[in-house]
Amino acid sequence: MSKDHIDVNYVAELARLSLSHEESETFQKQIEEILVYVEKLNELDTSNIQPTANPSPILDPIREDIIKDSIPRESFLNIAPETINNQLKVPKVIE
Amino acid sequence: MSLNTKSITELRKLLVNREITPLEIINDLEQAITANDRKINAYISYDFDQARKAAASADLSLPLGGIPIGIKDNINTIGQPCTCASQILADSYTSPYDATVITKLKAAGAIPLGRMNMDEFAMGSTTANSSIKITNNPHDLSRSPGGSSGGSAAAVAAHTAIATLGSDTGGSIRQPASHCGIIGLKPSYGRVSRYGLVAFASSLDQIGPCSKTVKDAALILNAICGHDEMDATSLRAETPDFTANLTNGIKGLKLGLPKEYFSDQIDPNITKTLNVAIDILKNAGAEIVNISLPHTQYAVATYYIIAPAEASSNLSRFDGIRYGNRAKQNSNLINLYKDSRSQGFGSEVKRRIILGTYALSSGYDHKYYEKAQKVRTLIRNDFTTAFQTVDAILTPVAPTTAPKHGLNTDNPLKEYLADTCTIAANLAGIPAISVPVGKDESNLPIGIQILAPHLGEDIMLQTAHTLEQNL
Repeated sequence: MSKDHIDVNYVAELARLSLSHEESETFQKQIEEILVYVEKLNELDTSNIQPTANPSPILDPIREDIIKDSIPRESFLNIAPETINNQLKVPKVIE
Repeated sequence: MSLNTKSITELRKLLVNREITPLEIINDLEQAITANDRKINAYISYDFDQARKAAASADLSLPLGGIPIGIKDNINTIGQPCTCASQILADSYTSPYDATVITKLKAAGAIPLGRMNMDEFAMGSTTANSSIKITNNPHDLSRSPGGSSGGSAAAVAAHTAIATLGSDTGGSIRQPASHCGIIGLKPSYGRVSRYGLVAFASSLDQIGPCSKTVKDAALILNAICGHDEMDATSLRAETPDFTANLTNGIKGLKLGLPKEYFSDQIDPNITKTLNVAIDILKNAGAEIVNISLPHTQYAVATYYIIAPAEASSNLSRFDGIRYGNRAKQNSNLINLYKDSRSQGFGSEVKRRIILGTYALSSGYDHKYYEKAQKVRTLIRNDFTTAFQTVDAILTPVAPTTAPKHGLNTDNPLKEYLADTCTIAANLAGIPAISVPVGKDESNLPIGIQILAPHLGEDIMLQTAHTLEQNL
């Protein structure tokens, strides 16, 4: 883990964020500091340790696939930023 | 009659004896909120008409019949806003469905009333990251109530709510509860369904109550627990009556004091007050045992990889397409995503999305996310080992009492380090509760944290109740 790899503008692009000049300067400094701090995890030898993704054992997440009524389509169209013909409207994707 | 100052337990007695009606509780709350919330700012919004309608038809035979409950503004309640204290959802979003906890509260007779302020998307520990308003600590208005469930805790302390729901990803219920002098409970991971909670870090998030008494917290837990097929992490564990064993006492229980939590980083006034509480538990018949949780010092670093990583993934749903605010005048899709997100999210949210995206990006995912998940195993193992010799663990909730507003605004790392006492419970998935035990010289509340093994809420509540009754 080393701080010299992060370029916040590049990572922001991956995360679909655009940063102002001021934001990118501040974040660059702050996130570098955080990355230096988390380097302390390397003090620990974890070569034989299994990662924990879920802190409690999932017993049985599978359920019967039963057809049920769902939340009405209108409820979601009502909160959409832009709709057209009862569908979500987005800018042109293919030229 | 100032019904707003009473506990759920007291109100339920009055309701069942027909001495009061649910409408009178709503009226008293409205009066208290109108008079005091402009100083506290615990509420983002409220709808008394909706609450009155529900009160008029409340079924008093149900366990929470007629009791209004404030809801953190990241839990969907049908027909109400759910802003997450973010500009990306403010003014444009009305919940089209009820979260499972809301369905369950309603089924238990409770009335959702009011949307509680929070740090934006629950990211923060002061509630100052709210893009809507700053909540003040009722004990000292120049101080933070803690966070992220700062509105939920402050309203209970200010008697502008009877009880509330919060969410806890790294201490967001327990730390504000401690700073505001009330009860705050984070259940075991998997106890309470998160369906309808706006996800922050899915392997850590739990919903839980803020309340005036331990028994009230148990009553709410009774209502919101249980398996839900809408949340794949929800456990099929049996849901006991959490009020049943409250008065059983703690004779013979072994309570552990982990040396790593009683370090010199903790304000000596807090240590002093905690020692008094520990003596009370000893006198009530518990055996106090010194223990060690050796990987404690790695918890903050582990958390600040895992939580932002999961957040960066969860918050990708806010794209300006399906709901929330959309940036104006966009010719192409990518710019629409970028502008909507950049205008909608505040600094802390952006910072964590960038940190999390980096920790998950190609070439760094093993270095950061997987490494943190492995250290998480070590932290979890510490607790497993400790609970072989003790029934519950006692620690501080926070290294200081409520901080002044604006203390670490420019230093996020410093603010993260203040979470040092609470985040291990989320990493390990175990239940934990904050119980007020005293005040410091400035008259600011101090809480003690009681942690129990996974699904060990009964022992935790029994210990908390015994402490509360003997203070």
